[in-house]
Amino acid sequence: MSLLSIQGLTKRFGGLVAVKGVSFEVKAGSIVGLIGPNGAGKTTVFNLITGIYRPDEGQIQFQGDSIAGLPTHRIVARGIARTFQTIRLFQNLSVLENVLAGRHCRMKSGVLGAMLRTPLERREERTALAAAVQALEFVRLRGEAENLAKNLSYGNQRLLEVARALASQPQLVVLDEPAGGMNEQETASLISLIRAMQKQGVTVLLIEHDMSLVMRVCEKIVVLEYGCKIAEGTPAEIKSDKEVIRAYLGAEQED
Amino acid sequence: MEQFFQQLINGLAVGAIYALIALGYTMVYGVLKLINFAHGDLFTCGAYLGLTLVSTFAITERAGSALGFVILVVLVMALVAFLGAVLERTAYRPLRQSPRLSAVVSALGASIVLQNSLMLIYGARYLVFPQDIIPSIPIRVFGLYIPLLRIVIFGISLGMMVGLYLFIQKTRIGTAIRAAAIDQGAARLMGINVDRVILVVFLVGPALGGSAGLLIGLQYGQVNFLMGWSYGLKAFTAAVLGGIGNIPGAMIGGLLLGVIESLGSAYISTAWKDAISFCVLILVLIARPTGILGERVAEKV
Amino acid sequence: MRVSRTAIFYCALVLVLVPAPFFLNAYWLDVLDSIGIYAILGLSLNIILGHAGLFNLGHAAFYAVGAYTAAILNTQFDIPMLWLLPVCGLTAGLFALIVVRPIIKLRGDYLCIVTVGVGEIVRIALVNNVFGLTGGSNGILGIQRLHLFGLVIRRPMHFFFFIWAFVALTVFLFTRLERSRFGRALNYLREDEVAAEGSGINTAHYKLAAFVIGAAWAGMAGNIYAAKMTVIAPESFSFWESVVIFALVILGGAGSIPGVLLGSFVIIGLPELFRGFASARMLVFGLAMIVMMIFRNQGILPAHPRPYFLDVLPENALQPESTSGSPAAEPVAKEPS
Repeated sequence: MSLLSIQGLTKRFGGLVAVKGVSFEVKAGSIVGLIGPNGAGKTTVFNLITGIYRPDEGQIQFQGDSIAGLPTHRIVARGIARTFQTIRLFQNLSVLENVLAGRHCRMKSGVLGAMLRTPLERREERTALAAAVQALEFVRLRGEAENLAKNLSYGNQRLLEVARALASQPQLVVLDEPAGGMNEQETASLISLIRAMQKQGVTVLLIEHDMSLVMRVCEKIVVLEYGCKIAEGTPAEIKSDKEVIRAYLGAEQED
Repeated sequence: MEQFFQQLINGLAVGAIYALIALGYTMVYGVLKLINFAHGDLFTCGAYLGLTLVSTFAITERAGSALGFVILVVLVMALVAFLGAVLERTAYRPLRQSPRLSAVVSALGASIVLQNSLMLIYGARYLVFPQDIIPSIPIRVFGLYIPLLRIVIFGISLGMMVGLYLFIQKTRIGTAIRAAAIDQGAARLMGINVDRVILVVFLVGPALGGSAGLLIGLQYGQVNFLMGWSYGLKAFTAAVLGGIGNIPGAMIGGLLLGVIESLGSAYISTAWKDAISFCVLILVLIARPTGILGERVAEKV
Repeated sequence: MRVSRTAIFYCALVLVLVPAPFFLNAYWLDVLDSIGIYAILGLSLNIILGHAGLFNLGHAAFYAVGAYTAAILNTQFDIPMLWLLPVCGLTAGLFALIVVRPIIKLRGDYLCIVTVGVGEIVRIALVNNVFGLTGGSNGILGIQRLHLFGLVIRRPMHFFFFIWAFVALTVFLFTRLERSRFGRALNYLREDEVAAEGSGINTAHYKLAAFVIGAAWAGMAGNIYAAKMTVIAPESFSFWESVVIFALVILGGAGSIPGVLLGSFVIIGLPELFRGFASARMLVFGLAMIVMMIFRNQGILPAHPRPYFLDVLPENALQPESTSGSPAAEPVAKEPS
């Protein structure tokens, strides 16, 4: 029942081995967390999954098909959507248009459809708008639809990225530090949002530094250090894992 | 075989000029990430200013041939450097925080202003550059006859390149320039006065370009307000060939491009000479956009 | 009723243009014709530069390909100019496809340089009479006029209606293009290429598509130009031509159709008013470029975000609405895999 399966994933940048022999599975419908100290290679793993980098070795299987080496837009079309660690919104476009970007891969019309405004094109636009609005309502940003993305607060910008990812109706959403810069209240909202996504049947894989969030929301946690996997298990198992404690020695304790 | 070496020498001579101009482009690009479209016109300014100094102020006649020549070169460099600083202050500094497109448009505008100013002041026709400043004695080198003028020009170009290289590598301000080219923000945080670095870049680059203009005027005996266009584009190609932003790269790129062009025009066709350079440019950009000496900079996602 | 700024602009434009042929002499009508051709060129570059954000400084190359295609096919094979209009579009578009495809993955600045190089190579090829077809620096003479339903389009007045009808058609089609999935994709690509790709947009495809469409329209403008001048030469398609078109897009307002139209009036029309100061004109133009960038770099009539009318959305677009309104109750429907 593995939605995403990674085996022996390795990526080198010149002399540096960013990811080395990483393997883990993500079951459909679950929420999995990827954690590790800075420089552990977490974002690199995400970039490998989403096609920004090509793996040097190893396999990535999504719904049984290999996706390693596919261009990013094809991977999105297959059903994996992502958010970025540094927020990458279309700052000068409206919130609604940002979300519509996610919808792009579920639409078909091109130049001719646009110029001639065929019935197909018009229907597609209406459906796309409706889906975008729904995604906005899901993250409770409907009221900001006309606002420019750059005018949103930091926390809302992160939510907007999630809405954009959801607009493509993905099977798997990959969240890269979604709680970055969020306060307690916003983090709690985010947790209920992630649970709501799970209820809709969306599988979630996330990177996070906020341990309280990770422990509360993830069913399984994979721990990386210097590019290698050092532990994998439930939050309770990870909390007491000796390797994990050693790797995080000196890091903030979970309260 | 002799023809090959002759063409090679010609190529190196022209290439040295391209290198001098290319250095201006590459230094500005390195620090500001801006293609200074007006740089070719600063080159032209050098030629015209040299002409004015020689004919109107008769510098070489008054100070005697050798000394006069040196003063001529130094004055031209100083004047064009000043123009470069003015250019930076008026057209580029106000746009430091603006999107890159604005700076590109401003650079194009500055180029138009310089070109047309020269045209208004000096007229649109070709002007004759006095050819008697350096006697044209052919010197025998390795069995070939090379005019003294060409040797002097090549020597000056080479000397300036070596000087610049030492300046960049060995002096504090040179190191500051290199630092600012790598990461302006970090350089600022390290206490480097980036404004001063940029000023120096816009003094040194145009000075070299202006001197190249003077040398070209001497070499070919004529100047025209459009000459910066062709030389500028070629020099820019040379800078990209060597790796835009990379100073030794600009030197190598210039010499290499000069040789390619010279051999190409001799063995393939003269009419397509310019097109050969652009083809080289495009091929380099497709195969290795960072140029011969450039480094690959990956963007963090 | 919301009256948008854009609608006001178009009304004003129509009010100015429609009476023009009855009040202006042939010289000024010819100026308006030039403005019209540049408007088409500007609109075509706008797709590439304004919407997709690609710095194309070699647009004159596509213009040239269109003009020369028309000239060659017309003078050698007697094919009527009007029939050649779509042919020129196709040729220019195909040319763009072949030339731009290998370089499409280049980063912004490098792409800019290559477009300059392409423009120059085309011009040099034209001057050197490539394939013996282009007539060298003298160009091609004796191009025929456009024949439309038996009427020969020869006088400035005729051209006026033809050109501005074409402009109107272009504005109509490009406005639709702007507001579509295609137009949005170009905007995403301009704003943040990595984010666009990460959202599922095939950035390489859209960059290429932008170039091809822009080139095709420039090619058609070339056809009209050839029919108007009956003589074409390489010097009309130099780098500075590309700079003028580039400038009129940026100064008018990149990404904004009314902006580009206004830009062509200002850049092409205004110097005509100052014909007396011929040499200083270019100088002023250059100064204007610098000053505009410092004080109003978004252009005279910048683009503004498109309004979406959300209140007319179908209620049951995806799933029936639930009454509670919390996130969990409003499903985001899944695409079956």
